Amino acid sequence: MQTSLEARVAASSAPRSKLLMGRLVRNRWLYFMVLPGLLYFLIFKYWPMYGIFIAFKDFQPFLGFWDSPFVGLKHFERLFGDSNFLVLFRNTLILAAYNILFFFPLPILIALMLNELRHEFTKRTIQTLIYIPHFMSWVVVVGIAYIFLTTEGGIVNELLERYGGEKINFLVSNEWFRTLITAEVIWKETGWGTIIFLAALAGVDTQLYEAARMDGANRLRQLWHITLPAIRSTIIILLILRLGHFLDTGFEQIFLMLNAMNREVGEVFDTYVYSVGISQGQYSFSTAVGLFKSIIGLILVVVSNYLAKKFGEEGIY
Amino acid sequence: MPLKQSWGSRIFDSVNATLLIIFAVLTVIPFIYAIAGSFATQKELLEKGFILFPTEFTLDAYKYIFSTQTLVRSLLVTVYITVVGTLINIFFTCLMAYPLARKDMDFRKPILMLVVFTMLFSGGMIPTFLVVKQLGMIDTYWSLLIPGAISAFNLIIMRNFFQQLPDGLEEAAKIDGCNDLGIFFRIVLPLSMPAIATFSLFYAVGHWNTFFNAVLYINDNTKWPIQVLLRQIVILASGGIGDSTVMEADYVAPPEQSVKMAVIVVSTLPILLVYPFLQKHFAKGVLLGSVKG
Repeated sequence: MQTSLEARVAASSAPRSKLLMGRLVRNRWLYFMVLPGLLYFLIFKYWPMYGIFIAFKDFQPFLGFWDSPFVGLKHFERLFGDSNFLVLFRNTLILAAYNILFFFPLPILIALMLNELRHEFTKRTIQTLIYIPHFMSWVVVVGIAYIFLTTEGGIVNELLERYGGEKINFLVSNEWFRTLITAEVIWKETGWGTIIFLAALAGVDTQLYEAARMDGANRLRQLWHITLPAIRSTIIILLILRLGHFLDTGFEQIFLMLNAMNREVGEVFDTYVYSVGISQGQYSFSTAVGLFKSIIGLILVVVSNYLAKKFGEEGIY
Repeated sequence: MPLKQSWGSRIFDSVNATLLIIFAVLTVIPFIYAIAGSFATQKELLEKGFILFPTEFTLDAYKYIFSTQTLVRSLLVTVYITVVGTLINIFFTCLMAYPLARKDMDFRKPILMLVVFTMLFSGGMIPTFLVVKQLGMIDTYWSLLIPGAISAFNLIIMRNFFQQLPDGLEEAAKIDGCNDLGIFFRIVLPLSMPAIATFSLFYAVGHWNTFFNAVLYINDNTKWPIQVLLRQIVILASGGIGDSTVMEADYVAPPEQSVKMAVIVVSTLPILLVYPFLQKHFAKGVLLGSVKG
């Protein structure tokens, strides 16, 4: 009985495994090609994920990963009990809220305006110009902001002084930090952000506009009743996805804008991880902070993707 | 009635166009100011404040920054990273994307999921730093070339592109005795040149703009890429570039603002030069990106 069962199993699986073996051999070059990439992802993406365990240890470089003592949730307790935690959370939320309130609507507005532009050459030229800053590094963008705003010969302060005002120390002040961050994002990314909306607008049936004109609808009414509904689902999906990345405040930008005088309003999770982890060498604690952020981020992304998909399916009808 | 409608429509159009032109001009004015300022004399910068075109043209700022070893070295480092880095990116991205596009390959779904997961979750800054450190890459250019060798996002777009190539080509090549490696290098890659060009441009811009990885992994300031040096000069303003070799007795250093602007122009120029090509490609690239994965 026993042997016959084994024989049967062997008999039934033999052709399949032979087939698989055959395919593996036949496709050996494909596996050979996939190997370097696979190793890359394992070493540079999955090994660090494994390294997250140091968040539960007191990692000391000279002891190494294995011999560092296990401390459980000590670092998380420290994080949640730390007064910095609330500050980080508040700064992140406020910066994200600024971004959604003041930046998010602008690419939609500019895309709608571009879409109304009949003159093709003007439209092209404007597009060409407003996409440029997207390709500049944050160092260049922040650098130009510094050149404009510095109190030592910066054009803005020179003009303020010339016309009877007082110099404002924009770059080292708590009050101006969030405004500057948002303004820089607007400058760098508004133009680029229009692309996806323009693509959605290109899909609108022009017959709808003709029909509306026949019915006596003016341009604003056409905009309201045809154009906006056409990109509504794109707007909502992008908004949901943006919310999914709520914690991802632009790290490089904030890192560059941050200094001792505006840390109180500017420090966010990523910059905190850098200064505690790299500058102060508290690897385990900073990994715990990073892990907390990653997990919240993962949950937000998964939920928002789910919502976007759900909405996308409903949007099609 | 139709006349009135068209008047309202015309006003709408002109207001709309005017606002857009103002927006476009505001977008580029900071760059123009930086370029103009880098060629201006100190006198003009101080007197006029805001200039878009210098009346007195001078190359002092450029002479000054190119007389320093620091800037030239940083530029060379960045050119090296950009060229070698882009080659590495393209080679490994394509090499991995192609097998994953082949329907007859086993395990491609799990491998793909392994890749997609890295887009959702990552080890984070410190564990990645420790891995790079453990591999002995700190203070070597490898740390700027290898840890970002494959972008999961680009890999998936590239794979989608390969999937759209007709199957018949591969069949024909196989009958002619070509193995998969041969198919990839002799048929698939040559057919994919437009996509490869697009990705090269985007990867190259990314390398040229490399900043934070260098802050993280490169402590040796003789190996700094241009963006890190730019931050040092413009944002941290730690004494500017210290090793100018212009040593004449009556030499007056050019104004600090002009020097900063010149460094910004130099570190931006290559991107502005490839920009027309980028622009030709990126609409396509963005559309490629919207192809469902």
